[in-house]
Amino acid sequence: MARGSRWSAAMRTPIGVCAGTVLLVVLVLAVLGPIVWSSRASQADVAAMLQGPSSDHWAGTDNLGRDIAARVLVATRLSIELALLATAITVTAGLVLGAAGVLVGRRVARAVSAGVNIAVAFPALLLALFFAVIFGVGAQGGVLAIGLAGAPAFARLTQTLVAGIEQRDFVAAARIAGIGRVRVLVRHILPNIAEALVVNAAIGAGGALLAFAGLSFLGLGVQAPDYDWGRLLGEGLAGIYDQPIAALAPAVAVIIAGLALNLFGEALAKGFGLTTPRLKMGRPTPPPVHGAPAADGAVLDVADLVVTLPGPIQPVRGIDFSVGRGESVGIVGESGSGKSTTALAVARLLAEPARVEATRLSFLGNDLLTGSDRTHRRLLGTGLGVVFQDPMTSLNPTRRVGGQLAEVARQHDGLSRRSALALAVEKLRAVRVPAAERRARQYPHEFSGGMRQRAMIGMGLMGRPALIVADEPTTALDVTVQRQVLDLLGSIQREDGVALLLISHDVAVVQQVCDRVLVMYAGRIVEELPAAELAVGARHPYTRALMAAAPDMDTDRDQPLACIPGRAPGPEELPEGCAFAPRCSRASDVCRQEDPPLESDGPGRRTACWHPVIAPSIVDMETAGQGHE
Amino acid sequence: MTNPTPGLLDRPTVRFAARRLTRFAVSLWVLVTASFLMLHLIPGDPIRAALGMNASQDLVNQRRQALGLDDPLLLQYWDYLKGLFTGDLHTSLSSQLPVAQIIGERLPATLELAVAAFALAIVVAVPLGAVMGVITRNGRARRAELVFTTAGVIVGAIPEFVLCVVLVWILGVQLQWLPVAGKTGFASFVLPVVALAVGPAAILSRILRVEMVAVVGADYVRTARAKRLPAFAVYAKHALPNALTSTLTLGGLLLGTMVAGTVLVENVFAWPGLGSTIVSSILGKDYPVVQGVVLVYGVGVLAVNLLVDVALALLDPRSTIREA
Repeated sequence: MARGSRWSAAMRTPIGVCAGTVLLVVLVLAVLGPIVWSSRASQADVAAMLQGPSSDHWAGTDNLGRDIAARVLVATRLSIELALLATAITVTAGLVLGAAGVLVGRRVARAVSAGVNIAVAFPALLLALFFAVIFGVGAQGGVLAIGLAGAPAFARLTQTLVAGIEQRDFVAAARIAGIGRVRVLVRHILPNIAEALVVNAAIGAGGALLAFAGLSFLGLGVQAPDYDWGRLLGEGLAGIYDQPIAALAPAVAVIIAGLALNLFGEALAKGFGLTTPRLKMGRPTPPPVHGAPAADGAVLDVADLVVTLPGPIQPVRGIDFSVGRGESVGIVGESGSGKSTTALAVARLLAEPARVEATRLSFLGNDLLTGSDRTHRRLLGTGLGVVFQDPMTSLNPTRRVGGQLAEVARQHDGLSRRSALALAVEKLRAVRVPAAERRARQYPHEFSGGMRQRAMIGMGLMGRPALIVADEPTTALDVTVQRQVLDLLGSIQREDGVALLLISHDVAVVQQVCDRVLVMYAGRIVEELPAAELAVGARHPYTRALMAAAPDMDTDRDQPLACIPGRAPGPEELPEGCAFAPRCSRASDVCRQEDPPLESDGPGRRTACWHPVIAPSIVDMETAGQGHE
Repeated sequence: MTNPTPGLLDRPTVRFAARRLTRFAVSLWVLVTASFLMLHLIPGDPIRAALGMNASQDLVNQRRQALGLDDPLLLQYWDYLKGLFTGDLHTSLSSQLPVAQIIGERLPATLELAVAAFALAIVVAVPLGAVMGVITRNGRARRAELVFTTAGVIVGAIPEFVLCVVLVWILGVQLQWLPVAGKTGFASFVLPVVALAVGPAAILSRILRVEMVAVVGADYVRTARAKRLPAFAVYAKHALPNALTSTLTLGGLLLGTMVAGTVLVENVFAWPGLGSTIVSSILGKDYPVVQGVVLVYGVGVLAVNLLVDVALALLDPRSTIREA
């Protein structure tokens, strides 16, 4: 049932419909062509040689006065027949060779596989010529030649597919049950790879059709008096000055039939792997938050930052914050809270289709909202360092590490290759990469994960950074390495006076490194507070729940680990009112109706909650409820 | 150095080179053996077939002897291998010229054609695929993507000899701008080279576009943007080399097929190369010539594959350790 519907799904695409229809017409012509037009095609008429198109002969006549259109139509059968025969040989030989691993012993199978791997490197046409020599010139030799020439590629495909299925448990079970090799192949393996084989056989038939036309065109395939499209094409070319249509008509036929088979296969392939990703409609923007006054001397100052993705959904829904000179600010939240999007947005690294809007986004006093990327290039290139989450994928695998660092100085400070590289080595040394000089000449894959992340940090130091934005810089690293990277970031911040914006899902990390913490939930900042107050002074139930869920040295290991019940809503499924209300034990009706504004409630503090936890001394484990893992 | 560095074989590049050279050598051996066996796999007496029913038995015997066909098979194999190293590929049955001489005369024309078509395909496909990849990144410009992909599929599916016929008709017969036969000068190169390059260029650029789209979304391209490099540098220096490596892996085979494609194209344009020679030799059952030319084509394909591997290793050093 499922398979049937996928076949019809494949045939419902526009390309599938076109290719299927054309293919059907070609097949009907192959059956009917010789029956209907055979006599017309062979009827020579010396009086009507080399005529142009007329009502009698709508594609004109050839040098013997025979009707060209009729000849092309009649040739359909032989062309298709030979292509299908050759494909049958290809599929059979390819299946046997490709399934050798299942059918015969390991040693023989390995030899077959090695042979296939060598043969597959040679183009099919070359193999076809080779076999054509052995089997002789003619239709029969051609079928064998083209059939066998396609076998290595098909065998290789079968091999790959079989290898994928062979590992599955049900094949092992069948083997243990003592089912014979052929039966395992036919009953258990082939049905599971049938779709891919059919798709490739259809595409292969298109290839065989073209290859046979080529062989006949060269005079090595179909021999007179029989004719297929290839032979008509070859003869038409010889007389192209006298009667071009005799060459063009079979050319068009070959192209149409070849394309139909090819596209039919492609449509099937696409139909079998159909995916339809769809974005849900999001909630409209919440009431605009009043812009906070610009902070004096801030490195980074953001007001009313909104990020919109097509859908439209809003992963960031109007936030404002600032980072002072040399200050280290952390953003914590669960995944999906919009913290990474915020980081990328302020670093101007979100590309279309994401849209970034704000009433203020300034870096070192420069308005990033006006002017093109070009005008800010040098400012951001030298003043803003960015460290990404996954050091394994964030460095370019095809370029040496030193060169990737040096690039920054070459681009923005106009340093020569040599001095830029010297600076890169110096920075690598500064981020404690051992043997920096040698390491600079290596590629990223020769670095360990922790070392790559340090190289990324070094890259951020190549200019004269005023701010480093670090987006989950330790998440992808081992615990021991995490510590080193955090220490490095901390020491750069303290000793070089570089401000740090650290994004993390881990409260402990932020607590360790940062002066000030922003807690994000569902695209908004729900609480801002000094890092020192996180442990006891948090007022938002969510922050308290986060802290309660983070185990520390004093956590009672006999008790189940605390966690926050439920899960954070994605930007496409936001509830009315406070987004945290459904998970909050303090939630009341007002929480479920109105989103609380983020309001200042003390020096350096802001909270967005209708029912904040006021008494700082009471560690209220009940506030957010407790769940069990 | 008298003492090789310990662990020289442990270095990925060395191991990679050793593995690739081994594969090249084994493939070469299979090719040589196949071309040797070809003559023996032909049913009946190939010399009788070549010389025709009316040839005297004496002449047939004489030719058989000249080719050593009456010796034991292993001895013949040994002689064949020896001949390959000394450049003796027997003589043509029809013209009596040494096969090596025929190949020497014909090979340059084919090489010129293949190299020119190669260059054209790459010069067209790389910028086209790369630019289309950048334009259609992140699902942008869906209509341009659809047009490009559809056109690529259609053009890529037209076989070179059919394209030849169409080109000959339009540019040679109708417009009479370009010569349609022979190798007479620069103008005579245009049609065969274009006919040979168009299909592979279409397929290559399609592959490259897809790879480019994938690479542009990679983390390291974001890193390059974080360095605030100009867009051109981001795409050309950081994205393109990575997209090219994956394209080369798939496109390498395609370049191999271009070597074979010259056979058809040469026959359309009466190009004085190996392609015309092999077809006329197969039709004339001039087996020693066929053997020699098949060998040359095979070596050509293997050489292209080796070059692709080397290019891959230079572009992406990881490729030297990726496969075991």
